[in-house]
Amino acid sequence: MKAVYFAWVRERVGKNEEALEPPAEVVTVGDLIAWLSRRGEGYAHAFERPRVIRAAIDRAHVGHDARIAGAREIAFFPPMTGG
Amino acid sequence: MGTVRVQAEDFDAAAEARLIAAGRVDVGALVTFVGLCRDEGGRLAALEIEHYPGMAEAEIARVVASAQARWPLLGVTAIHRFGALAPGAQIVLVAVAAAHRGDAFAAAEMLMDYLKTQAPFWKRARRADGGLEEWVEAKSSDDAMAARWRSSGSP
Repeated sequence: MKAVYFAWVRERVGKNEEALEPPAEVVTVGDLIAWLSRRGEGYAHAFERPRVIRAAIDRAHVGHDARIAGAREIAFFPPMTGG
Repeated sequence: MGTVRVQAEDFDAAAEARLIAAGRVDVGALVTFVGLCRDEGGRLAALEIEHYPGMAEAEIARVVASAQARWPLLGVTAIHRFGALAPGAQIVLVAVAAAHRGDAFAAAEMLMDYLKTQAPFWKRARRADGGLEEWVEAKSSDDAMAARWRSSGSP
């Protein structure tokens, strides 16, 4: 699946997007956040407060309990500040 | 039904509002809201607005659809800009046409409350004193404003 990052999540991770191949035990969005946070310092910083992180699967908002199976694009970003 | 645009360019709010009601005789109320970039008392030099291309349009369209499901609207236009915006610049437009003003005011307010908390845009403030750029923090008051529409029954 493709991961995309926005705003300060993007800056801390240090990339706009990347291909991910998480292991089978990574089932939910929350699992993926925990897995990503162990990938290095930038990731650890980006995901240090997991509850703040918002996620979208295939361009629709999802909760951390959503399952990632079948997702083509998963996005991580801070709470939105548009308008 | 409804027009949704996400763009770097400025928009003409009056022209967009006129378009909604053009050629119609059933519109009794036309509410236009424009959000502008404030200078925060001289502290802000510019806003940089980042967005999630594709999802931004889709999410605004979902918000417009829920407003249309909730009120008998005759037309909706929502435009959100991205990129660098100086103080005084227009950021967002919501224009709503309905037969009656109550529906048009309520729908415009709900659209803005949801756009602020659901549409994937992020503001970064560039300070006038040349200091560090800072991501604008989401406000819990904005979440509370959006939650009002859920507590009084979903669309």
